[in-house]
Amino acid sequence: MSSGSGSRNAEPWGSFDDNLIQGGGSAVIDMENMDDTSGSSFEDMGEMHQRMKEEEEVAAEAAATEDDVADDGEFLGMKGLKGQLGRQVADEVWQAGKRQASKAFNLYANIDILRPYFDVEPVQVRNRLIESLIPVRMINFPQKIAGELYGPLMLVFTLVAILLHGMKTSGTVIREGTLMGTAIGTCFGYWLGVSAFIYFLAYLVNAQITMLQMLSLLGYGLFGPCIVLLVTYNIHFHFLFYGLWLLLGGLSTLRMVAALLSRTVGQTPRLLLCGTLGLLHMLFLLYLHFNYHTIVEGLLDSLEGHNMAPMQRVARDVPEVTLNATARNPGMLLSAY
Amino acid sequence: MAASEEASRPFAGLSDVSISEDIPVEGDISVPVGPSRRDDEFSTLDEPVKDTIMRDLRAVGNKFIHVLYPKRSSALLRDWDLWGPLLLCVTLALLLQGGAADHEDQGGPQFAEVFVIVWFGSIIITLNSKLLGGTISFFQSLCVLGYCIMPLTVAMVVCRIVLVISSGRVVFAVRLAVVTASFGWSTFASTAFLADSQPPNRKALVVYPVFLFYFVIAWMILTYSPQQ
Repeated sequence: MSSGSGSRNAEPWGSFDDNLIQGGGSAVIDMENMDDTSGSSFEDMGEMHQRMKEEEEVAAEAAATEDDVADDGEFLGMKGLKGQLGRQVADEVWQAGKRQASKAFNLYANIDILRPYFDVEPVQVRNRLIESLIPVRMINFPQKIAGELYGPLMLVFTLVAILLHGMKTSGTVIREGTLMGTAIGTCFGYWLGVSAFIYFLAYLVNAQITMLQMLSLLGYGLFGPCIVLLVTYNIHFHFLFYGLWLLLGGLSTLRMVAALLSRTVGQTPRLLLCGTLGLLHMLFLLYLHFNYHTIVEGLLDSLEGHNMAPMQRVARDVPEVTLNATARNPGMLLSAY
Repeated sequence: MAASEEASRPFAGLSDVSISEDIPVEGDISVPVGPSRRDDEFSTLDEPVKDTIMRDLRAVGNKFIHVLYPKRSSALLRDWDLWGPLLLCVTLALLLQGGAADHEDQGGPQFAEVFVIVWFGSIIITLNSKLLGGTISFFQSLCVLGYCIMPLTVAMVVCRIVLVISSGRVVFAVRLAVVTASFGWSTFASTAFLADSQPPNRKALVVYPVFLFYFVIAWMILTYSPQQ
């Protein structure tokens, strides 16, 4: 194969010859000279775009510094040598710093990497939201999981807002930290942490799912809990919560579980993966409801007045004799001093 | 002279680039804007401080007026600045501080909470709109979102005044109406500026996070109750 390609010198597109020569003449096409990005073409485009922009910037800055130097030369007689040198040095320091900063920024803060995951239409988002509550029965072929991040991100933020509302209404007092921090930490921690954990388990049992798909699946699976919490933070009936927990929470869990089942082979892996996900998801909804809800319940009961149990004040065990004696004879108490 | 004749015909004689040393070649290729820009810089440095402050204040005030009457103008976008958002954010945070009973240990965090919500919320909305293909720049978007908090700040002031007078169900209804109106106004004003920079079929995707952002702030204002 490689010996055959070595004789093809007349290819217009730069044949395998170049690679072979660079690779030191090895028999196999040298993989090091191929792209070493992870294989997605948009990342290549991103890198090429970056390199082109950097070249442009460097050329523009070189031209700018040349212009500046030319201008400084004109002013030499007027401003004096010291001022001109100082300004030039300052300019060069600024240019160098700017170049470094923009290189670092382009490398780490390049949001173009995330751009394909936000390429959605509103209709698609709406459809996916509704579908997240409809489990699909097909578990013999891998189900299609959309790989987008807009919907999940918006759902997590919505959950944060609903949680804030619940915490404020229930008068939760957070000693170490803030309400906002707790809400954001809980929701994002759940989404990112559980996704990573299930992805890790899926990697162990060789299930066919990528991290992006897991993030997307779990993110959309938060739609059911969002609705449940929105309703039950405002209408406080226990049975309503349990019913909605089973219905909406169960449906969204079943949808996620079915998607995972369709991508896993073997009974034990399926049980492990789907059992873990189901348990975590249902328990999370339970936790969110009960952690920020009990205080409201107590307040409501005390307002109603029927069963005073949650907010009832229990009298301390003070011996009645001493108390009454002291209360009856304050004069005796005073004269003791 | 031969050299000047060649120079007068554009791109002529490029095949023969070398110039003999006894013919002086002079010219001014630099764009004449440079020196005048330098003069401008020096003139703003030398002006009295009052002028600088008044110019900035006038710019901020101008933008406030644009938020009050949101129409499709580019004044907010063209010369963005972050003074207005900072002022509004600090005012809102100070007014929201010290709310709700027995929260002595939460007086500090509430200020920080509002700051964090406003600034990180704005950053996230900006990133989202850029990722969805928006043409607006990062700081322009921050500027717009910050300035559009103004109706909510006004609502907070009104709520605070009303709560000083009395507190009850009627007052709650009044506060609800005021906060809802200002929340709608904020969302409408910011979408008037932000949505134009998006492709037409994706406006809803950009508007929703803005809606959520102002909803959270409006909720914080509505649930504010003064210390008893």
